[in-house]
Amino acid sequence: MSLPERNAAAMSTQAPTQTPTLEVRNLCTSFYTRAGVLPAVRDVSLRVAPGRILGLVGESGSGKSVTGFSILGLVDAPGRISGGQVLFKGRDLTQLSAAGLRELQGNRIAMIFQDPMMTLNPVLRVDTQMIEAVRAHRTVSKREARAHAGRTLALMGIPSPEERLRAYPHQLSGGMRQRVAIAIALLHAPDLIIADEPTTALDVTIQAQILSEVQKLVREQGTSLIWITHDLSVVAGLADDVAVMYAGRIVEQGSVADVLDRPQHPYTQGLIDSLPSRNKRGQRLRQIPGMAPDLLSMPTGCAFAARCSRATSVCAQEPPEREIAPGQTVRCFHPGAADAQ
Amino acid sequence: MNAASKPVPSHVGLQAQSPWRRVVLEFISSPTAVVGLLVLVLIMLVAVLAPWIVVQNPYDLMQLNVLDARLAPGSANMDSGYTYWLGTDGQGRDLVSAILYGLRISLWVGIGSALIAAVIGTLVGLVSAYVGGWLDALLMRLVDLLLSFPVILMALMILAWLGKGVGNVMLTLILLEWAYYARTARGQALTESRREYVDAARGQGIGPWRIVVGHILPNCLPPLIVIGALQIARAITLEATLSFLGLGVPVTEPSLGLLIANGFQYMLSNEYWISLFPGLALLITIVAINLVGDRLRDVLNPRLLR
Repeated sequence: MSLPERNAAAMSTQAPTQTPTLEVRNLCTSFYTRAGVLPAVRDVSLRVAPGRILGLVGESGSGKSVTGFSILGLVDAPGRISGGQVLFKGRDLTQLSAAGLRELQGNRIAMIFQDPMMTLNPVLRVDTQMIEAVRAHRTVSKREARAHAGRTLALMGIPSPEERLRAYPHQLSGGMRQRVAIAIALLHAPDLIIADEPTTALDVTIQAQILSEVQKLVREQGTSLIWITHDLSVVAGLADDVAVMYAGRIVEQGSVADVLDRPQHPYTQGLIDSLPSRNKRGQRLRQIPGMAPDLLSMPTGCAFAARCSRATSVCAQEPPEREIAPGQTVRCFHPGAADAQ
Repeated sequence: MNAASKPVPSHVGLQAQSPWRRVVLEFISSPTAVVGLLVLVLIMLVAVLAPWIVVQNPYDLMQLNVLDARLAPGSANMDSGYTYWLGTDGQGRDLVSAILYGLRISLWVGIGSALIAAVIGTLVGLVSAYVGGWLDALLMRLVDLLLSFPVILMALMILAWLGKGVGNVMLTLILLEWAYYARTARGQALTESRREYVDAARGQGIGPWRIVVGHILPNCLPPLIVIGALQIARAITLEATLSFLGLGVPVTEPSLGLLIANGFQYMLSNEYWISLFPGLALLITIVAINLVGDRLRDVLNPRLLR
């Protein structure tokens, strides 16, 4: 294949006329531990246009959550953003002061966390927490803040919001708690929401409801959404674009239709093949052989080579990111459809 | 709409109780703790209302009659004829009045110093945990240093330097007690600050000070309340000990400890009541506080709270 190699900084997966809400350029985040430096996120570039939903997919430890935390500036010591830019509407968030960042956090960029049991403070009532979240960015009276909180809960499809406001988190069900957490993220109608596997801890029916509500709200408000998940079926139903991460790098990126229907990277193909619904009844489930590499002793070259059936000697070098089709990029020396194997 | 989001009727209101209300309900389910609390409330009431209850002001030397000194319980007053139900001490003080006034001082010193120490210690612990680094190391070594000395020795040293007086006793107790709160608050705050709701609050753009005070502190309170209850009892005992040793409150305004000390010299001449009754008052107070404190420790156990 002789497609031109592309500079990640100049990449454009969407219509180039629209300025993206978020553009991440060559982001690197590492954890400086006693055992060594862990490169959790390596050279990640993405962009999300207004009103678009990006699914960030990968298995545990692939760096997808750290990417989300890095965008919002929530990486704690010993972790640190070691390179790259996070451009939010053109402003580089990595250069902002703590106060400047706080101005945006929860206000223009909101985050929804994985475990709704843990993200709400157990000893504070829902209204206390929501009022505080409102007043962190707006100078309004407590009464107004509470009314706004109630309206946002109603927007999230929460019945009798007044009662929910008076409740403590432990009095709400898991699904209700996650709706409250999402409502908190929506309080200031942010331009960008980063959702870190928010439905993973919920059962499938609740997950489906929440997904459809979130999708509707994002479309209505023109919010950009990054949905971090390990679940390809969620991405298929929710997202417009998808980025597949492996060992800290984005290995394949493009529109959901392109990537999920015509996966080019062997890892993406492996992920799709290992979905239980893609396997035949009575057969052993298919899986990707081997394990993800240890971040502390990362192999040189392609991190997936050791598990890849197409690997050759050239894979000992770092594969560049290549545009395989318009809007679809892949980081592999041997890209191609699954049948080509 | 869908099944999960149907309006949930009235039972939500029934179970809509705060964690603190649950604590109260569980607290009153123990009869001994309730008795302890009632006794404590009674003691505090009579201590606060002492000036309107007693027959004489034991701190006003003009009201004391030396001729009435060391009268047995039940004796009558020489002048106005009222009965000394618990006898009189070496200065002719009515022991009922002296005990009530002594309780006032003991409770004031105990509760006051424990509360001030709680505020200071909790703040130090939170700052230590949140700032971390060398400040944390410095503060915690200071705490280690304070906690490694025998309390009574430290108290004697500080009081020998400061001099007697109610204020100085309180200051000494605060200096000795804040370290307990600081260590507990720091440990608790370190655990809490790693929890996801703190990340979530940071992600909402809430400032560090508001996160510490508004989010982390409320989650650190249960163990601090338990320590507070037990430290009040400790402070009262320590004040009594110091007064007994002659380094506490002034002789003209005896606290319970000083009353016991004053009666000590008459014990062998069978005038037991001067030491016995203040001692009983002290005992009952401490037992009541400890009953309440123990029950609080049970119901505020963090493993049961969430």
